[in-house]
Amino acid sequence: MTEIKLPAMSPTMEEGTLAKWLVKEGDTVKPGDVLAEIETDKATMELEADDGGVVAKLHVAEGAEGVKVGTLIATILGEGEAAADASTSLGMSGDKGIAEAGATVASGPVATTAESAPPISESSAPLMPSEVEARPAARAETSTGVTTTTPKGEPPASLAVEPDATGPTRRQTVREALRDAMAEEMRTTAEVFVMGEEVAEYQGAYKVTQGLLEEFGPQRVVDTPITEYGFAGLGVGAAMGGLKPIVEFMTFNFAMQAIDHIVNSAAKTNYMSGGQMRCPIVFRGPNGAASRVAAQHSQNYAPWYASVPGLIVIAPYDAASAKGLLKSAIRSPDPVVFLENELLYGQSFDVPEAEVALPIGKARVVRAGKDVTMVSYSIGVGIALDAATRLAEEGIDAEVVDLRTLRPLDRATVLASLKKTNRMVVVEEGWPTCSISSEIIAIVMEDGFDDLDAPVLRVTNVDVPLPYAANLEKAALVKIDDVISAVKKVCYR
Amino acid sequence: MLGFFREMSLIRRFEERAGQLYGMGMIGGFCHLYIGQEAVVVGVQAALAKTDSVITGYRDHGHMLAAGIPANAVMAELTGRQAGISKGKGGSMHMFSVEHGFYGGHGIVAAQVPLGTGLGFAHKYRNDGGLCVTYFGDGASNQGQVYESFNMAELWKLPVIFIIENNQYAMGTSVNRASSEDQLYRRGESFRVPGLQVDGMDVLAVRGAAAAAVEWVRAGKGPLLLEMKTYRYRGHSMSDPAKYRSREEVQAMRDKSDPIEALRRELIDGGHADEAALKAIDREVRDQVAAAADFAESTPEPALAELHTDVLVGTY
Repeated sequence: MTEIKLPAMSPTMEEGTLAKWLVKEGDTVKPGDVLAEIETDKATMELEADDGGVVAKLHVAEGAEGVKVGTLIATILGEGEAAADASTSLGMSGDKGIAEAGATVASGPVATTAESAPPISESSAPLMPSEVEARPAARAETSTGVTTTTPKGEPPASLAVEPDATGPTRRQTVREALRDAMAEEMRTTAEVFVMGEEVAEYQGAYKVTQGLLEEFGPQRVVDTPITEYGFAGLGVGAAMGGLKPIVEFMTFNFAMQAIDHIVNSAAKTNYMSGGQMRCPIVFRGPNGAASRVAAQHSQNYAPWYASVPGLIVIAPYDAASAKGLLKSAIRSPDPVVFLENELLYGQSFDVPEAEVALPIGKARVVRAGKDVTMVSYSIGVGIALDAATRLAEEGIDAEVVDLRTLRPLDRATVLASLKKTNRMVVVEEGWPTCSISSEIIAIVMEDGFDDLDAPVLRVTNVDVPLPYAANLEKAALVKIDDVISAVKKVCYR
Repeated sequence: MLGFFREMSLIRRFEERAGQLYGMGMIGGFCHLYIGQEAVVVGVQAALAKTDSVITGYRDHGHMLAAGIPANAVMAELTGRQAGISKGKGGSMHMFSVEHGFYGGHGIVAAQVPLGTGLGFAHKYRNDGGLCVTYFGDGASNQGQVYESFNMAELWKLPVIFIIENNQYAMGTSVNRASSEDQLYRRGESFRVPGLQVDGMDVLAVRGAAAAAVEWVRAGKGPLLLEMKTYRYRGHSMSDPAKYRSREEVQAMRDKSDPIEALRRELIDGGHADEAALKAIDREVRDQVAAAADFAESTPEPALAELHTDVLVGTY
């Protein structure tokens, strides 16, 4: 005996109208026969029988409105079942213990060749044989969540300025440091490869991949067609298949064509698979404004990616951070968005000669000070440091925090610096609305309010698409004079 | 052939049961059933080796079962339980089993096509002899990223079999209303990807075509495109009233082209099995599905702590 209850026919349906019965009591039905038409909040649907039998009883009259999902509407007897069984079932309508629904919403018509349902046997269910043997578990490790929140008011162990290196250093551009990071990781790990537009034979549109083709060959340094959506997805698939791709976007502006694979495919799949599907991939390339390339080529995507759970987002300023963090990004088991800056590629810094991988998720105090904290990342750090030099001439001792990693964000270092200086300005080469600045200010409101002697201010680009004209472009970008003014304001100077 | 009959029957009964559980509110969200298309995955899977990988879109329950993933784990994922294949965090459209070479289960139409191309890239990079079967539908075949994938797959001679499961309707839009070239097996021509059109309602035809494609791809000749002409009996998803086609059209397909009934006749007429043996398989499969449904209803929901797990793998 099959009891047919009003099924939910959409994610939101709670009740329906029994518009029409297409069978009557005593009818014989076959699997696939339409039993009734049901009006839902969205459409009129047909209710099909999954199993055959004789309609013993219709419990709800045609035309009945507001029939709740789960209400018993019909009873069908299987082969050889007695009619008396139907009446005894009536009292059981709504009984949660009855698991059978017996009918399925469907669009299909009567299947005249389908057989009546055979009686259910008591034999145990064998597992389905497969043509493909199970492969050994590719990945046995289990994962854990990451918490970056620090208890309120608890400073990190040390506020000391992180040393650039304990060993010897060499002077290097950011461009060279990034190249060295990739080359060092490719030498030690066969699964690491680089792909993107002009990364191989052209030696990189911005020469970041210079020399890699010569050392590693075309199998590991792969020129792609101009096909961002395609090669970003291909890279994610390769990562799911066990490789460690570095996908270069000529600029992150072009990654807009590929953002579906960065967010939906790379960031979410480990979670959606209950931790089975790893995606160790690095998406890297220049981000933010370059020079006179106008709105479509000049945008800072840091806030976009930093809002996505499942991604790591890194935006370094100096060459040592760029190298050390890119090495860690390549080694990470998680998908990483690595945001570089074209204007920084040619700037030189001291870089450790030793192969140093820096920790992801750790900000760095790049200038110690006691009067005010400037928080920034990427090219904004240089602006903050220049502002600090000028402020020092006016007797204001500013501390500068380079966030370096934007997700997970190092709240502890930000809050510890605030606890020390009690004043804060956020400097960002990007739009103000829903920005990293907004996030820093929210963190300070939540966990640093008692340490504040003045409201936190943000100094950012102007809230317009970046214009082409030299004077307008200059007016739109974050400016050192504005940073100095904001610092003086929070210092009441 | 009896194995094919059993596997197709299992998918059919499993999907019917899933539809019932959806109607009872045990399964939420979107739920896309595979009823009518069973011959495609069963025939293709029979031609694969254990080193191969498979990826598809959101109509994925049948692919999971064909890959040998236990029905209990799939059904428990549909009901959102801890014992589900994705710990209840993926649901109908997002299921995976790396252990079985099944890489999803992807919810964005056509996103699996470059992903599958990347899995093929990884097979070639590691030179492990494997290939990737990348399934997508007639609707997905109009997405641009499909052609970006064809281009790179042929350019780099990647071991990928692209399979278009042409079930005639992208939600409510028929192929003819959406495709300037409606012979979808020709869609690779501009990229020199050869294509074959296959009767996707005939499991033996599917297996034959898949075996030929596997031989082509394993020989290093690059990707191949198979268009499987098939049909879904049910709506696009559970909440689709399917008013865009006539009942007569669906009925004609069920009467004349049902893949399970066709194989049943072939088995009996060819003397491979008698009616009683096939009935016994029917019963076994029904019991197996009933047990999976009971398990999926009774096994517990995920612990609340699972909310925070699996976001990242590393600790930072």
